[in-house]
Amino acid sequence: MRLRILPKEEVPRLVQALMADYRVVGPRAKGPQFGFEPIDDPAELRLDYNISILSPKTALQPPQERIATIRLGDGAPVVEPLIEAQPTVLFGMHTCDLHAIRLLDRAFTADYPDAHYLERRKQTLLVSLECLQPCDEHSFCKSMGTWTADEGYDLHLTDIGDAYTVHVGSERGEAVLDGHARPAGDADVRRLNEVLSAKWPRFPQRLEFDVAELPALLATAYNHPIWAELGERCLSCGSCTNVCPTCYCFNVLDTIELTFDGAVRLRRWDSCQLDEFARVTSGENFREARAARQRHRMLRKGKYLRERLNAPGCVGCGRCIRACLVHINIVETFNAIHKSA
Amino acid sequence: MSTPSIYAPEMARLADVRPLTELEKLFVIEMPQGRSLGHEPGQFVMLNIPGVGEAPISISSSPSRSNGRFELCVRRMGDVTGVLHTMQPGDWVGIRGPFGHGFPIEQMRGKDMLFAPGGLGLAPLRSLINQVLDERGSFGRVIILYGAKRPAELLFRDELDAWAARSDAEFHVTVDRGDETWKGHVGVITTLFPRVTVDPRNTIAVTCGPPIMYRFVLMELLGKGIPESNIYLSLERRMKCGVGKCGHCQINDLYCCQEGPVFTYAQIKNVPEAL
Repeated sequence: MRLRILPKEEVPRLVQALMADYRVVGPRAKGPQFGFEPIDDPAELRLDYNISILSPKTALQPPQERIATIRLGDGAPVVEPLIEAQPTVLFGMHTCDLHAIRLLDRAFTADYPDAHYLERRKQTLLVSLECLQPCDEHSFCKSMGTWTADEGYDLHLTDIGDAYTVHVGSERGEAVLDGHARPAGDADVRRLNEVLSAKWPRFPQRLEFDVAELPALLATAYNHPIWAELGERCLSCGSCTNVCPTCYCFNVLDTIELTFDGAVRLRRWDSCQLDEFARVTSGENFREARAARQRHRMLRKGKYLRERLNAPGCVGCGRCIRACLVHINIVETFNAIHKSA
Repeated sequence: MSTPSIYAPEMARLADVRPLTELEKLFVIEMPQGRSLGHEPGQFVMLNIPGVGEAPISISSSPSRSNGRFELCVRRMGDVTGVLHTMQPGDWVGIRGPFGHGFPIEQMRGKDMLFAPGGLGLAPLRSLINQVLDERGSFGRVIILYGAKRPAELLFRDELDAWAARSDAEFHVTVDRGDETWKGHVGVITTLFPRVTVDPRNTIAVTCGPPIMYRFVLMELLGKGIPESNIYLSLERRMKCGVGKCGHCQINDLYCCQEGPVFTYAQIKNVPEAL
C-alpha cells in the first residue's frame, strides 16, 4: 500500500471522525506525566508525549474484566461467559508498545485461543507513531529492536514537520484514513528519509551486547549472585509487572452478590513478584524468595517468552525501571551478567 | 460471540460423595448426558464452584472404569475445597478440562510398573494404577509402595486391601508413625524400597507426593538403576487458567498445566524450580 500524507491540522478531524465509530484511546496528560487512556476530545490527544505510565495493553487486557456472570438459585448454577469488547482505536502508540502487542497476540492465541482478549483485539485498530527521540535515559528500545516497526500496525505515523507520513498496514487502516490524507510525493519521501536519518543516531545502544545472545546468556546465569542482590532490595510490590507492556499473568476470582443469587467471575492482573503467586493451598511456595521471583521476571522477559512465543518478551520501554522504588534496572542487570560471563 | 470462552465450565452433578479420611473425600461426578470426561490417567480438571472459585484437581479414577463418571479425591484445604466438602450428591459443580499431559500408558505396556505414592499423591496415581490393574495382562510386574504419615491418613482403605490380596501385584504400605491399631510397617516411604528388587532395564517408576518426598524417592529409584527417562512424577502447582496463560504454574520455562503435570525425571532434572 502506498505512503500517505496526513497534514497535522487534519489530525483532530481524523480523531473526531474515528470517535463516531470507535472508542479512541491515546496519550493524554495525567498530572505531570501521561496516560494512555480514552480521549473525550481530539484536543486532549498529546502526540508529543514521551511515555505513558501504563501501556496501551490496558485497552486489550484491562486490569480487571468480567469474564462470566453466574446465576445461583434452585437447580444448576448458570455460568454465562461474558466478552467485554468494543470497537477501539489505539491512537499514537509508540512502537515498543506495538511490539508488545505482537507478544500478547501470540500468548493469547497459542494452544487455547482466549476469546476475551482476541475479540477485543479483533475490534481494535492500532495507529502507531514513530519515535524520533528516546523517551528518556531509561528507554532501551534500540537495543531490543523495537524502536521502529514495519508491520503489526493498521496505520503508522511519522512526524515530518507540518504533516505525518502514514504507512498503511491494513485495509481497515486504509478505510479510516479515507478523505483525511493525500498520496505522498517525492518531496515527502525525501523529507521522511531525512527525518529517519536524523533519528537513528539519537538513540543510544544501552545493552552492551546483541539481544540475540540474551537467551543463551541467561541460560548460564541461573545461579548468578546478582539475583540475591536484587532480592535483598526488592520490596515485592509488583510495580514492575503492573507497568510492563508484555506482562499478562492474571488471577481469576468469583465475587458473590450481596443478594447471594448471583456472582461475577473476574479476571485481574496478577504479578509473579507477589509472595503468594506460586503458593499452593497446602502452604508450599514454589518461588518463596524475592531473589527467585526477580530472577523469574528477568528470565521470563529475556528468555522464556522469547523462546516460547518467538517475540520480544521485553520491548525496552523502560517502564519497570522508572517505576521501581529501589532502582532495580533490567538493562543494568543484563549488562552485569554479560560482563561477568 | 465468535469463539467459545475457554473459561466457561460445564455444569456437572455430584453422583456420590464418600468420606475417605478426616480430611479427604472422594467426589464422584457425572458429566451431562452421561458423557465420558475422556481423560487420560494423570490429567487434571479445573473444578469450579460458581460464586466461590476454581481449583486444579487431579483425576483420581481410571478411564477404564469411567462409565460416564469420574472421581476426584479432594483434601479440605482452601475456599473451594472447603465448600466442596459441604456438598451432597445431587449438587452441581463446574468442570473445565481435562487438561495437561498425563501418563503415556502406551509406552508403559509390557513393562514392570513400580508405583511410589506418598500421602495425597495416591490421588493422581490411583488413576493409572487401576488402569494398569484393569489391563493386567499387558504389563509385567506391578509393585506399589505406599506411604502415609499416620494410619488414619491412608486413602482408599478398601482398595488397598484388595491390592494387598491380589497375587499378581506386590503391595507394601508404611506409615511414618503407627498407632495402637497399626500392625504394619512403620517408617518413611523410602524404608520400603529395600524390600523390592527390580529389573531396571524393564521398569517404569511412577511417583507423586509432597515436595519434600521427591528427592528421597528419586535417590532410591536412581539407586535401583532405573533410567531417568523411565521415572515419572506428577507435580502440583497453583493454577488459575489450566491452559497456559495465567502464569501461576510456570516452572522455569515449563508450564505445569501444559507440558505437565506429569513429567519424567529426565525432563525436569535440569529445571531447578521443579522440585
